[in-house]
Amino acid sequence: MSDFINLAIKYLPEILRAALFYTIPLTIISFTLAIIFAVITAVIRIMKLPKSPIIRLLTLIIKSMASFYVWLFRSTPMIVQLFIVFYGLPNAHITLFANAWVAAITVFSLNTGAYAAESIRAAITSVPAVQKEAAESLGMSPFQVYRHIILPQAARISIPPLSNSLISLLKDTSLASVITIVEMFYLSQQIAAENYKILSMYLLVALVYAAMTTILSIGQHYLERYTSRFIQ
Amino acid sequence: MIRINNLVQQYNDKLALDHVSATFPEHQTTAILGPSGSGKSTLLRALNLLEMPSKGTLKIGNDTAIDFDQPLTMPQILATRQQFGMVFQEKALFTHLTVRKNLTEGPIKVKKMSIKHANLTADRLLQQFNMTDLAERYPYQLSGGQQQRVAILRALAMQPKYLLLDEPTSALDPELEAQVLRILRDLASQKTSMIIVTHNMQFAKRVADQVLFLEAGQITYAGAAHEFFEAPNPRIQNFLSAMQF
Repeated sequence: MSDFINLAIKYLPEILRAALFYTIPLTIISFTLAIIFAVITAVIRIMKLPKSPIIRLLTLIIKSMASFYVWLFRSTPMIVQLFIVFYGLPNAHITLFANAWVAAITVFSLNTGAYAAESIRAAITSVPAVQKEAAESLGMSPFQVYRHIILPQAARISIPPLSNSLISLLKDTSLASVITIVEMFYLSQQIAAENYKILSMYLLVALVYAAMTTILSIGQHYLERYTSRFIQ
Repeated sequence: MIRINNLVQQYNDKLALDHVSATFPEHQTTAILGPSGSGKSTLLRALNLLEMPSKGTLKIGNDTAIDFDQPLTMPQILATRQQFGMVFQEKALFTHLTVRKNLTEGPIKVKKMSIKHANLTADRLLQQFNMTDLAERYPYQLSGGQQQRVAILRALAMQPKYLLLDEPTSALDPELEAQVLRILRDLASQKTSMIIVTHNMQFAKRVADQVLFLEAGQITYAGAAHEFFEAPNPRIQNFLSAMQF
């Protein structure tokens, strides 16, 4: 036990530094983008088809693209997506994702966005239809109806599944190690390879992950309490 | 005055509105009556374009003329809706907003009223209808009757030309219903332009100036309210007796 404590004292600062400079920024940036993708995708997927033939066709194409995006990222493992984007695309002379950070953020945000889109879509459709009609009857534009009436109510419902997505994403950033980003899991691997304290190093990094996800869970609790102030 | 001409609304094989033509005078209360499924709510919702008829025309005063044979633009739809305030059958207050914010959301976001002005308008309405103490409550903290009264004030806060009411008391018990009807009677006596779908014949007789009677999507009576309730027409008499009037 004392060995583990000594190891923790020695290596924890390095691991926390990796968390601060890699794991946390990767999580925050990717999740922010994921929520933007998710809201746009969810709204597109629940849009009704207009009567006008041309706009109807355009809407149908956009809805199909949104459905394809969700299907694509939910039907393949994230690690495969990372390999395709970081190693595969540059091989096909698409160099936009040759930077490991760009590749990681692209895959993490698109992948998490696909799952979050379904959570947000479910939350939006659970808001009673009369809320939308009441807002429309005041003369609100479709954007205003979503911005001011539907999304604030859907937010409360979507917090638990979105918190799950955030916690999963935080843990999944460890996959960035396979595309050369030295985040905290990759760092612990490197340290374990040097000092041969394999079990202790991996337990240490697991504890750091657990601490971070616990903080997120506490945040979720308070956020749920705040957004539930208007329900019984 | 609102004029509708030959409105047609079809759901699959069923004609909800079958070439309906009518006028709705200003500063009067028009009651739309008829059996369930006769198209009353569809007609009401077609006026503020929550339903889009496939054919016909809608004219509101001299400003708005809509031909449903032509595709409508979003600005056209929004401008038309802003001329109406609507109260729904279900409790439709915005659940995430306090009573005061329910009253100010539309004026601020749609009419671009200043927050100060919108709050003043809301407070004046709440005071006028003795609901000042409810201002900071959320809808879940109100009774059904209070919720519908606030819904009426929310519609009035937009200063609409016409107030549309879709069976506003049908989900309430008699005691709560009386609270809501009292407000509506006050509004009728102040010559607010109202169009109301209701199953409450006593109330309709008391406040309505005009009655439209719908059956199977067609208007079979349009005229003065007092004449409707005395009408010798056997179908109307049957309807009134079925409504225990």
